[in-house]
Amino acid sequence: MRSVCEPLVRVQAGDFDLATEARRLSDGRRDVGAIVSFTGLCRDDGGRLEALELEHYPGMAEAEIGRIAGEAAQRWPLSGLTVIHRFGRIAPGENIVLVVAASAHRRAAFEAADFLMDYLKSRAPFWKKEHAAGETEAGWVEAKDRDQEDMKRWKR
Amino acid sequence: MTMKLIYFAWVRERIGLPEETVDLPADVKTVADLLNWLKERGENYETALERPEVIRVAINQEHADHAAPLPAKGEIALFPPMTGG
Repeated sequence: MRSVCEPLVRVQAGDFDLATEARRLSDGRRDVGAIVSFTGLCRDDGGRLEALELEHYPGMAEAEIGRIAGEAAQRWPLSGLTVIHRFGRIAPGENIVLVVAASAHRRAAFEAADFLMDYLKSRAPFWKKEHAAGETEAGWVEAKDRDQEDMKRWKR
Repeated sequence: MTMKLIYFAWVRERIGLPEETVDLPADVKTVADLLNWLKERGENYETALERPEVIRVAINQEHADHAAPLPAKGEIALFPPMTGG
């Protein structure tokens, strides 16, 4: 049986650094042939959005991302996997989420990162509130059916 | 049965509490029972839970469906569909 990598999961208010996280998965190794990363950023939606406020369920957020990351590590032959999700107030242009997957070959790394993001969006306990420019009342972002559909791609 | 309930996002805002401890009657056995029972507790609960089918539930920090039996102890969280990532 192949060894299954131990994913690194962090839920934090502060920013992260993609280069640092990618290096962590290749440093001192000779077996890594591919690193795929996905960074989700806060966008201003054509100037409409002033900031996002991300609420999360402390404890469950880490546990649920850990379960999803663990499943990815079982499904694909990864040498390393890192998932970082921020919470709190995040302005347009700032980072929200990072997934870095490392493997001997590119296909596993691409697919694992894609899978992680699809599952994160629908299963990790985070909720976005939008602070729109010129509006005093902030509104909760509604979940999209599309996200549920995306998750079905991985059923087997 | 004493149970800790935790609320998030608009469920928390509409109920007006981040969490509370409740004493459940013996006939409240499943998540669906709990949602029905909570709705009777006041207008704020009724507003928060008016569409029970959209409410997501976690039992001891793991996703559960509405048919799931309530645990003997621990925490139950109620929240809207998630929008992270």
